[in-house]
Amino acid sequence: MNEEVLGRNFKSFELKKHLIISFLIIILIGSAILMFGFALNQLKFPVLSTLIFFPVISASLIALIPRDKEELIKFSAVVVSIIEFILSIPLYLSFNKNTAEMQFKEEYLWIPQWGIKYSVGVDGISILFILLSSLLTILCVTVSWNEINKKIKEFYVALLLTHSAMIGVFMSLDIFLFYIFWEAMLIPMYLIIGVWGGPKRIYSAIKFFLYTFIGSVFMLVGILVLYFHTGTSDIIALTNKSYPYKMQLWLFWAFFAAFAVKVPMWPVHTWLPDAHTEAPTAGSVILAGILIKMGAYGFLRFNLPMFPEATIEMKPFMMILSVIAIIYGALICLIQKDLKRLIAYSSVSHMGFVTLGIFTLNQQGIQGGILQMINHGVVTGALFLCVGMLYQRTHTRLIAHYGGVATVMPAYSAFFMLFTLASIGLPGTNGFIGEFLILLGAFKAWKLMCILAATALVIGAAYMLWLYQRVFFEKINSEFLKHIHGYGDLNTREILTLLPLAFVVLWVGFYPNALLSFMDVSVKELIKHMTLTVGALK
Amino acid sequence: MEKYYVLILLFPLAGFLFNILIGRFVSNKVVSWAGVLSIFGALMVSLFAIFQVLSGKTIEYNLYTWIISDDLKVSFGYLIDQLTAVMLFVVCFVGWLIHIYSVGYMHGDPGYSRYFAYLNLFIFSMLILVMGNNLLMLYFGWEAVGLCSYFLIGFWYHKKTAADAAKKAFIVNRVGDFGFALGIFLLFVNVYALNYTDIFSKIPALKGQTIDILGFSVDLITLIALLLFCGAIGKSAQIPLHVWLPDAMEGPTPVSALIHAATMVTAGVFMVARLNPIYGMSEIALMVVAIIGALTSFFAATIAVVQRDMKRIIAYSTISQIGYMFIGCGVAAYGAGVFHLYTHAFFKALLFMGAGSVMHAMAGQLDIYKMGGLRKKMPITYITFLIACLTIAGVPGFSGFFSKDEILWYAFASDKFYGKFVWILGTITAALTAFYTFRVLFVAFHGDFRGTQHEFNHIHESPSIMTIPLIVLAICSVFVGYFSIPHFLEPVVGKPLITVSHEREKFVMIMSTIAGLTGISIAGYVYLIQPAISKKLTESLSGFYKLLWNKYYVDELYDFIFVKPTLRISEKFIENFTDLKLIEGIVNGIPNLIYRLGLLIRPIQTGQFQQYAIFMIGGIIVFILIILNI
Repeated sequence: MNEEVLGRNFKSFELKKHLIISFLIIILIGSAILMFGFALNQLKFPVLSTLIFFPVISASLIALIPRDKEELIKFSAVVVSIIEFILSIPLYLSFNKNTAEMQFKEEYLWIPQWGIKYSVGVDGISILFILLSSLLTILCVTVSWNEINKKIKEFYVALLLTHSAMIGVFMSLDIFLFYIFWEAMLIPMYLIIGVWGGPKRIYSAIKFFLYTFIGSVFMLVGILVLYFHTGTSDIIALTNKSYPYKMQLWLFWAFFAAFAVKVPMWPVHTWLPDAHTEAPTAGSVILAGILIKMGAYGFLRFNLPMFPEATIEMKPFMMILSVIAIIYGALICLIQKDLKRLIAYSSVSHMGFVTLGIFTLNQQGIQGGILQMINHGVVTGALFLCVGMLYQRTHTRLIAHYGGVATVMPAYSAFFMLFTLASIGLPGTNGFIGEFLILLGAFKAWKLMCILAATALVIGAAYMLWLYQRVFFEKINSEFLKHIHGYGDLNTREILTLLPLAFVVLWVGFYPNALLSFMDVSVKELIKHMTLTVGALK
Repeated sequence: MEKYYVLILLFPLAGFLFNILIGRFVSNKVVSWAGVLSIFGALMVSLFAIFQVLSGKTIEYNLYTWIISDDLKVSFGYLIDQLTAVMLFVVCFVGWLIHIYSVGYMHGDPGYSRYFAYLNLFIFSMLILVMGNNLLMLYFGWEAVGLCSYFLIGFWYHKKTAADAAKKAFIVNRVGDFGFALGIFLLFVNVYALNYTDIFSKIPALKGQTIDILGFSVDLITLIALLLFCGAIGKSAQIPLHVWLPDAMEGPTPVSALIHAATMVTAGVFMVARLNPIYGMSEIALMVVAIIGALTSFFAATIAVVQRDMKRIIAYSTISQIGYMFIGCGVAAYGAGVFHLYTHAFFKALLFMGAGSVMHAMAGQLDIYKMGGLRKKMPITYITFLIACLTIAGVPGFSGFFSKDEILWYAFASDKFYGKFVWILGTITAALTAFYTFRVLFVAFHGDFRGTQHEFNHIHESPSIMTIPLIVLAICSVFVGYFSIPHFLEPVVGKPLITVSHEREKFVMIMSTIAGLTGISIAGYVYLIQPAISKKLTESLSGFYKLLWNKYYVDELYDFIFVKPTLRISEKFIENFTDLKLIEGIVNGIPNLIYRLGLLIRPIQTGQFQQYAIFMIGGIIVFILIILNI
C-alpha cells in the first residue's frame, strides 16, 4: 500500500471519529429541537417560515466562514441540513390527515396596495415533498463530501438556498410568492450545474435555464391574467372562482408550458438528460428528487382545480403525451452508453407515469401519481447517489468501462440492486405501489393508455437489468480495475447516505398507507371540487 | 391461533435476513444451519396448518391493510385451505430437502451465504404466492419468485451465460406478468375486489357480459381468464414463453431443482387451480389452457429427445410435464393437475439432484455422451435416478403413473370437444417422455465410460448429505401417489364432469401404460442393444434432427422479431432521429434563428454618430408628417 492510500485511510478514520461525535451531538440537539418544535407548534409557531428561512440564514452564516476551513464548512452544512430535517418532522407528526384545508397556515400582508400576501401552508398534496426535500438535502451534503473540491463554501450555500426555494414553491399560497420561489430556485441550481458540473456544464446549464425560463414566462402571463381578472392573488381564492371556458383553455396552456417543461413531458424533455448528466451528484439528486416534481405539483395546484373544464377537455391529449413519454423514455434508455444519462432518461419514463396518473383524474391515478413522485425522488435520487459514488472511484461514466463491480463492491451492489428493483416496480418496493395505482387509475380512465403504459414494465426491466448486468456482473473489466484501486467498497459515510433511502423503499413498499393516508382526503377534495365546478358550469 | 401461521412466512424471511446481512461474517456452518433450520421451522408450522386443514378447517387471517385508495382495499393476509395445504407441503418439504442437499453441493463456494440467503428468499416468496388470500399477494409472490430466480440463475454472475440467462428469465417472465397485471385490472374494475372470497362471490354476476375491443365484442370472463393465463404461460414456461427455462439451468443444480420442482414454475398451475371459479365459467379459456398445455408438453418432449445436455433434457421434461398439468386444468380436472404438480415435485427434484450428484462426481460435466457406466461407481445415485425415471415414465405402481393417468383419464372422459385431442397428444407424449428419460439413464449410467481413464478414476459417490435427500425423495416418488390429492381438493376445486362410463378407465390406463413401456423398450433397444441405430437415425433424419437440436429456432426467431428491431428503432429512430435531430434541432434552432435575426439587424448598429443622426432626423421627419396628418 503506498503512502497516499495510507494517508487517505488515516484521514477517513479521523473523519469517522468526527462523524460519530457530531452525529451524537446532532441527535441530542435534534431531539431537543423536536420537543421544542412540538411545544411551539401548539403555540402557533411559524414552522413553515422557519423551514424556509432557517437554511437561508444558515447559508449566509456559512458564507462568513473563512474559505480555508473546509471541514468546518462541510460540518456546518450537515448540521444545518439535519436540523432542517428534524424541524420538518413535527410537520409530519402533527399533520391532520382528516381535512383537506391548508394547515400550518401563515399569512402576512406583503404588498398591501396590490393585495399581495406572504402566505404559506401545506395540505396533503404538498407536505410530503417538504419532507422529501429535507431528507434529500442531507444526503446531497454528505455525498458531496469528497466530490466537490473547488469553491466548497459557495456550493453548500447554493445547495441550501435551492432547498429553501424549492420548499417555498410547495408551501406558497399566494400566486406571486409561488412565482418568486419558482424562479428563485433556478439561480442556485443554474450555478450548481454551471460551476460544479461535468465537461459540458456550461451548455447544459444555459440550456436548463433558458428552457425552464421560457416555459415560466408563459406562466407569468397566465398569473397576471388571473390576477387582473379576479383582483386577488390568493391561490385558495383563485381556486374557488370559476372562469369562462375559453379563458380556462388559454390559461391551461400558459401554465402547461411552465409545468410541462419542468416535469419534463415529451417533447420538451431534452434539457433533462443534459442537465442531469452534467450536474454534480448532488445537483442530479436535487433535480430528479424535487425540482422536476414541481411541475407535476403545479398541475395539481393550478391546472386541475382552477381550470377543471379545460383539464377534462385536455385529458386524452395529456394521457397520450404521458404514454409517449413513458415508452419513448424507456426505449431510449435501452441504448444509452452513459450510466448517468440512462438514469436521466429513465426519469422521463417515470415522470410519464406521474403525469399519466395525474391526468386520469381519478383517485387512484392521482394518489398513485403523487406517491410515484415521492418514489421517483427517493429511487432515482438514490440511483444518482450510487452513480456518483462509483464515479468518485473511477471517474468514468461509460457503461462499457465497467463490469464485475459486484465482485469488488458487494455492499454497493446490494444497494444498487435494491434501487434497481424499486425502479422497475417490483412488489415489496415503493415503485410497485405507485405504478400499480397509476396503471389501475389509467385502466379506469382509458384502457388503451394503460395497456401501452404497461409495456414499460417489460422495457423498464430490460434496460435496468441490462445496465445492472453490464456494470455489476460478468468478468471484472480491466478498464475498471485501472481506476478502482485504493477506494474499495462503500465507507460508513456512504452507507449512512444510502440507508435512509433503502429504508423508505421497503417501508413504503410494505406499508404504503404511511404516505397514502396523507394525501387521501386532499385528493378526494380535489376531485370533488373539479366535478362540482364542472357541474355548476353546466 | 390463526395469526401464528404467519410464522410460516417469518421463518424463511428471518433466514434470508440473517444470511444476507450477517452471513458474510460467520462460518459456513452457521449459514447452513440458519438456512436449513429456517425452512424446517416453516415446514413444522405448515404441518400444524395442514393438520388443521385435514380436520376440515380453513384458515384465513388478515395481518394488516396493505393498500387503501378509493375503492381499492387490499390486505396483507393469508388463506390456508386444501389447495394451499398441498402447496405448503410441497414447497416446504421439497424445499427443505433441497436446502440440505445444497449444504453438500455448494460446499466451498465463495458465495455460500449469499446462496442460502437467496434460497430462503425463494421459499419465502413462493409461500407468499401460495398463502396469499388475494390476487395482489399472489402477484407479489409471483414477481418475487421471478426475482429470486433471477438471483439464483445468475448466481455465478461472472459467467456471461449465467448473467444472460438470469436477465432473460426475468424479462420473459415480465412479458407474461404484463398480461397478468392487465387481467388483475380488468377483474378489479368489474368486481371491485381482489380478495379471493369476494371475487368468487361476485364473478357469477359477470356471466354473459361482454367487452368491446376494436369493434369485436369479447366475453368478459374469458378475457380476464386469458389475460391471467398469460402470466401462467410466462411463469410456467409454456409455449410461446418457454424459452427462459432451459437456459435457467445456468444456476447451481439444486436451484434448478427448486425452480422446476418445488417452486416457481408450478405457480401457473396453482394460479389456474386457485382461480378455478373464473376458469370454470369460460369454455374458451379452458380450451386455450388445455391446448397450450398439450402442445407444450408434446413439443418440449420432442426437443428433449435429441438434446445431449443432462440438465437441459430434464429442463425440457419439466416444460413438458407442466403441459400435462395444464391439460388437467384445461379439462376442468384441477385436482388432477395439482396432483401431478405434487408428484412431479418429488420426482423432478430427484432427477435434478441426481444430475447434480453426477455433476459433482464429474467436475461439472453435463454431456451425457461423455458419461457412461456410472452405475457401478455411483450406486445410490443410479438407483434413485432409476426410480425417478420409472416414475416420470409412468410405470404402474409409481406415483407419476397415478397422477398422469388421472389427467389422461379426465381428458379422455371430458365433456369438452377437445378432450380426445389432448388425450391423444398426452399419450404420445407419455411414450416420448419414457423414451428420453431412459435415454439419459441408459447412456449415462449404463454401457462403458466414454471419457478418459483419469476422469473415470475421479468419479465417486456423493457424500451422504447429498445422497440422503436423494433416498428420501426416491421413497416419496414411489409412495406419494397413494394419497388421493384430487379427492382431498374437492372442496376447493370441485369434481370434473365425466361423460364416459367408468369402465373405459381401464382402457385409458392400459393405453398410457403401453405408451410408457414402448418408450422404455425403444430406448433400451436403441441405446443398450443396438447403439449403432441411433447414429443412423440421426443421419437419416438430419434436417429434422437439426430443427429439434436447435429447439425449433424459437430463440433466434424472438431475437429477430423483438430484440433486434427494438434496439434498432430505439437507436436509429428514437434517439438519433427524433431526439437528437428533430426535437434538439428545433430547440437549438430557435436560438440560432434569433442569432441570425440579430445578424440581420446588426448592420444598423454601426456605432457611427453621423449615421445615428441621420436615422434620428429621418424619424423625426416621419413623426412630423404623421402628426401633421399628411
